[in-house]
Amino acid sequence: MGDIRLIEVKEEILADNTKLAAEVRERLRKTKTMLLNLMSSPGSGKTSLILRTAEGLKGSLRLGVIEADIDSTVDAEKVAARSIPAIQLRTGGFCHLDATMVTQGIDAMAVNEFDLVIIENVGNLVCPAEFDTGAHKNVMILSVPEGDDKPLKYPLMFSICDLLLVNKIDYLSLSDFDMAALRGRALALNPRITILEVSCKTGAGIEGWIDWLKGEVAAFKGLK
Amino acid sequence: MPVSRSSEREMKGKDISMHELPITESILKIVLKHAKMNSARKVMAIHLQVGKISDLEDDWIQRYFDYLSKGTLAEGAKLKIERTPIMVQCNACSTSYEAEMARMGDLVCPACGEKGGTLLSGREYYIKEMEVQ
Repeated sequence: MGDIRLIEVKEEILADNTKLAAEVRERLRKTKTMLLNLMSSPGSGKTSLILRTAEGLKGSLRLGVIEADIDSTVDAEKVAARSIPAIQLRTGGFCHLDATMVTQGIDAMAVNEFDLVIIENVGNLVCPAEFDTGAHKNVMILSVPEGDDKPLKYPLMFSICDLLLVNKIDYLSLSDFDMAALRGRALALNPRITILEVSCKTGAGIEGWIDWLKGEVAAFKGLK
Repeated sequence: MPVSRSSEREMKGKDISMHELPITESILKIVLKHAKMNSARKVMAIHLQVGKISDLEDDWIQRYFDYLSKGTLAEGAKLKIERTPIMVQCNACSTSYEAEMARMGDLVCPACGEKGGTLLSGREYYIKEMEVQ
């Protein structure tokens, strides 16, 4: 047995992903394509929101979608059925997308043909928050049936997002969801977060979301 | 554009679906690089700093590491994980204070009572050093 030596390593474990994510951001800045990472729990309305978004942006912004799913193509089929340009990434068991997978997604689409590409991340409030995808904006959905206490349980997700969409507000009358408590908790974690209330089912509030998107894309392209 | 499956990542342990796995893969890659650079014959222990806000399970990282490191210089190495505190800065008076994970949504500044704050640290994923032979 030899002597034990101590070696200084001093490296960030996720440095490779962080570097690749920065490359994705820079590459899309050149093509003026804004990349938006959409995250939420399973069933909170990511796919429904994308369908509403495509409707709302028709004629104004060119939208592409990167769908991530652990092992199915259900969401991508729904999106493609509405003729929205979509790329499907099967994460093969992974619980989140990382910058490597997103790079494969944008390699497979003609990104310069889009003003906005939305990544539908894997349904999960934990893991996607840890990995930089290379997106310019991070957006999360929390649906009313999930409860107003979620910022207490998943603080990291709320702290990294630029916008929180509270979906399924048509359920509010049936639930004890406290919107003021939710707003207070989300803003305590992240004072810069924008909060919008929507219902993908009734269409309530969707206009505000579309306006936010248009404003962000215009700012990204340097038009504003 | 038709729907196409553009990638399916090749990986060991395909049905494992937690983020401990890619993080562990990354640890192993960095460790083996440094082992080689330092002409080590065997890696005995690895000292990590992980922020308390991360919900990584120490046991799972070790288990994945044991699995992935089989047949490498790092086989059998022990992961020693130090949890670094969550530090928050008050948005009103700029006081820095330590926060507990369970209280992150109900932050109150101990100096001025202001609610909420800006996260300064607590998200680290860092390899500090390792013991080798």
